[in-house]
Amino acid sequence: MKIRYALATLASTALLTGPALAQEKIKVGFMLPFTGTYTALGVAIENGFRLYVDEQGGKLAGREIEYVKVDDESDPAKAPDNVNKLIKRDNVDVIVGTVHSGVAMAMARAAKQSNTLLIVPNAGADAVTGPMCAQNIFRSSFSNWQPAYAMGEVAAKRGHKTAITITWKYAAGEESTNGFKEAFEKNGGKVTKQLTVPFPNVEFQALLTEIAAERPDAVYTFFAGGGAVKFVRDYAAAGLKDTVPLYGAGFLTDGTLEAQGDAAQGLLTTLHYADGLNTPRDNAFRTAYAKTFKLQPDVYAVQGYDAAQMLATGLEAVGGDIGKKAEFSAALQKATIDSPRGKFTISKSHNPVQDIYLRKVEGNENKVAGVAIEGLADPGRGCRM
Amino acid sequence: MDIATFLIQCLNAVQYGLLLFLVASGLTLIFGIMGVINLAHGSFYMIGAYMAYALAPAVEQYLGGGFFTTLAVGIVLSVLLGYLLEWVFFSYLYEREHLQQVLMTYGLILVFEELRSILVGNDVHGVAAPGWLAGTIPLGDVMTYPVYRLFVSAVCVAVALGMWAVLTRSRLGMRIRAGASNREMVRAMGIDIRLLYRVVFAIGVALAALAGMIAAPVSSVYPNMGAQVLIICFVVVVIGGIGSIKGALVAALLVGFVDTFGKVLFPAMAGISVYLLMALMLLWKPEGLFKAG
Repeated sequence: MKIRYALATLASTALLTGPALAQEKIKVGFMLPFTGTYTALGVAIENGFRLYVDEQGGKLAGREIEYVKVDDESDPAKAPDNVNKLIKRDNVDVIVGTVHSGVAMAMARAAKQSNTLLIVPNAGADAVTGPMCAQNIFRSSFSNWQPAYAMGEVAAKRGHKTAITITWKYAAGEESTNGFKEAFEKNGGKVTKQLTVPFPNVEFQALLTEIAAERPDAVYTFFAGGGAVKFVRDYAAAGLKDTVPLYGAGFLTDGTLEAQGDAAQGLLTTLHYADGLNTPRDNAFRTAYAKTFKLQPDVYAVQGYDAAQMLATGLEAVGGDIGKKAEFSAALQKATIDSPRGKFTISKSHNPVQDIYLRKVEGNENKVAGVAIEGLADPGRGCRM
Repeated sequence: MDIATFLIQCLNAVQYGLLLFLVASGLTLIFGIMGVINLAHGSFYMIGAYMAYALAPAVEQYLGGGFFTTLAVGIVLSVLLGYLLEWVFFSYLYEREHLQQVLMTYGLILVFEELRSILVGNDVHGVAAPGWLAGTIPLGDVMTYPVYRLFVSAVCVAVALGMWAVLTRSRLGMRIRAGASNREMVRAMGIDIRLLYRVVFAIGVALAALAGMIAAPVSSVYPNMGAQVLIICFVVVVIGGIGSIKGALVAALLVGFVDTFGKVLFPAMAGISVYLLMALMLLWKPEGLFKAG
């Protein structure tokens, strides 16, 4: 009895005198997909974020981090309600999310109105760091324009003169194929046709026949998930893989290689992360992640990890006072983030200025085959800040 | 579009249409004969596709493997599933309103998707076609065509012929047709209508699962694949006339052609071309091309 009492006193004294109470905790609200098709992505992002915070001893800029979670179900219709739960009910200091671009746009709108700090750890919609840009909105991933623009330059420099683009008829696909077109035509190529399939239709045969009849020098595509698997397999089955080279944004072959099998071997894609970077930073990250979560990290885990790094960098600059949005923003724009993907800086519109890798599919890996464009910055069109 | 490309596009259209028919035929059978709106039909397609993927290792281990052995096992399992579902759930739905049928079958979709997520996960998977069907044949100098796709079409044609034969030339088919037009009279004649319906339902489920299984190598398997198929199948059934197998076949081919050429000729409208077709059809013939019975 006595011992227990003594222990309890000890514990409470430790609590009272510990630095933890010096400042309130920082509340981080994850708004990520925890159910549905993108579950694995949401989990990887959360894991990556937590990994960085844990590496810092659970504190950023001396303040402890506390988490709240909301499942966004990748449903844009529910996005305003979900994000308001975090802002109004939970009173979070920072929102981290999400994967789906439509949901991310609603989040950006709400964050802008309430002046809550938002870090987008995946969604590539150009508008998030374009017309929707704001002092308190950041992105740790990429814009759809970035990998696409890099691939346009690569394709033109490989000597291709004509190209056809094909994607789903939705914003991300169109942003991506337009980015490709911009760079490809700037470097002397010509995009002869921009084909689209209604989203999420995966019946490609008619358009593959059109590509076969047209015989361009190259094809650029943006598909992800089930659509990416089917497109790559259909493309190979139509006998096009060997006659008309296929290029894509990295998502074409990310997390899908096992299902794509032989059809994907040798494909070239561009993205801000790759397998086999073999830098000390990336190796350390991969080992730590695999050890903690018993999972192999992917690009989404990196984006989550870097979202935490960006938060840490900003917080350090304002001494943990998250209310100082202007100083937070100014500090991040001067900072260099030491990411597993390689160092990057933050553009004026708050998107990473980063190397875009050219990757080649070998076995079940997207092996780095070089840097397509170094330090590529999204033009941030429509951003007035 | 030159003539070679045009012919290949026609082949694409027929091929897509036949696959749609295979899924839609089960739906029209259940809808037309038993009068149940079965939203879970897309889930049976999804279950079939996942069986082609998930059963393969077990079949490999115990039965020596092979795509067709997996197919056979899958069909047996889906017939059992259909039989069980009819017994436990659907047999209570015949006398109910359509709204209650929609609610319950929608509930089943959620249950099946969640079970799929728990059992197999949310990843996309590929299914290998059997080796001797994995090749391609050249079509002129334009492109090559996978042999497996032609095989799928052949299976669809075979199933269509088989269904036609059973429904119009066999005693079972006679009873099914009789049951569709007058349930009470068939019962009065001493036929076990409950058993009959159970069998029809099991066949409908098996047809959807079969479609999923043979489509798996071309479509790959992924979450929510059933939902896409379900919508287009309802379009086929509505255009063809509810309960009519012949109508489903004609409508499926029609949808195949409209979808294929819509994508090529009017890309801006590709998303709605099929629904436009359905709307026009409803204006012209509200009961569909061929009325059942």
